[in-house]
Amino acid sequence: MNAAAELDIGPDQVWGWLAEVSDPEIPVISVVDLGIVREVTVGAAGPASCTVTITPTYSGCPAMEVIAQDIDSALRRHGLLQVTIETRLAPAWTTDWMSAAGREKLKGYGIAPPAQQVVDISGILRRSRAEPAVACPNCGSARTRLVSQFGSTACKALYRCDDCLEPFDYFKCH
Amino acid sequence: MQNRVEMDMDERKFAFLTRMGDSALILSQQLCKLCGKGPALEEDMALANVALDLIGQARLWLQHAAEVQGAGGDEDRLAFLRDVHQFRNFLLVEQPNGSYADTLMRQFFFDTWHYFRLQALSQSTDARIAEIAQKSIKEVTYHVRRTGDLIVRLGDGTEESHARVQAAANELWMYTGEMFEADQVELGEAAACGVAPASGLRQPWLDHVAQVFAEATLTMPSPDAWMQKGGLQGRHTEQLGYILAEMQFLQRAYPAAQW
Repeated sequence: MNAAAELDIGPDQVWGWLAEVSDPEIPVISVVDLGIVREVTVGAAGPASCTVTITPTYSGCPAMEVIAQDIDSALRRHGLLQVTIETRLAPAWTTDWMSAAGREKLKGYGIAPPAQQVVDISGILRRSRAEPAVACPNCGSARTRLVSQFGSTACKALYRCDDCLEPFDYFKCH
Repeated sequence: MQNRVEMDMDERKFAFLTRMGDSALILSQQLCKLCGKGPALEEDMALANVALDLIGQARLWLQHAAEVQGAGGDEDRLAFLRDVHQFRNFLLVEQPNGSYADTLMRQFFFDTWHYFRLQALSQSTDARIAEIAQKSIKEVTYHVRRTGDLIVRLGDGTEESHARVQAAANELWMYTGEMFEADQVELGEAAACGVAPASGLRQPWLDHVAQVFAEATLTMPSPDAWMQKGGLQGRHTEQLGYILAEMQFLQRAYPAAQW
């Protein structure tokens, strides 16, 4: 306990540890890659204390509670004694906050990363024919089609490649 | 009723927030019943995804409602320990799942309203309401696009699918009017939030429904038709009792049981 209290822990170090906490549903990317960690403050409630502010991806995402627990236990493993997880709603999470490294890792895992930078997805009431092509994560072909706007989790849509014929998940813009 | 003492501000906000939360909650519960029973795997997943979004949104609204109420309760108490007359959801969302045409038409009518409602509330001067709306509308945009697409596909599909979605539209139409009702709670809270009351959403809603119906070769029922009301004041159809009986069973049978 004393050893932990004597640790000189800075926010950068905490960010580094958080980069090792993986998303429970997409284990190849971390909570930092996903862009849900918004702020880290250290030492406000004592030398080995830390507050991590996270934002939910989707409001009903069942992974959020697991993520909060995983962050808590990871930071405690690194010697922090008091970890507070706060949830912040605004500004609402967007896939634009996903790191470039995170996008690459998604692709390697077989999930097509979000295709466009989101300005405002909420302006479109009907599906537009001009939506950007989603490249197949298996063969790279741009000849793919949407099967369903809703895939295996809230954040993904279901696509199919017309060239290699494989179905795949697409991490949709949000 | 006319002579009722004016509601105080917290009471009004509580009523407003439970209206938002209860419609999302009850519709989510209805969709959950279809989990594993969708007509196709993709639709099954879509229904579950939409249900999940709605329960998340219901939680945000009801959490805030419980704080405003200030009785030390939380969203779970509101969801599981209120009775029928205390729920403020639309009559529309408590209507039975019926055939898939009924389920989809109910969803399309609600999603379209929900979209315009959240768009307005995103501009609210009440910061908490604005942030819940800004979070929710991103999810609801996908809902409204899906149901619009499917209504077109079924309406402009086979004779059978056309007949079924048309029948569903005719059947559910009378439950759409109360979504635009501007009573004392609605007018007061909209003014407090600096947004237009729900009555102002009627025209954009009608326009979108008309556009989708035209593409779907469906006939839109008359906007001037007689409308059912009462959900916002806690006067529900018999359907809600059955929904709550199932949804609340565990907490009623085993009070304070924890997950």
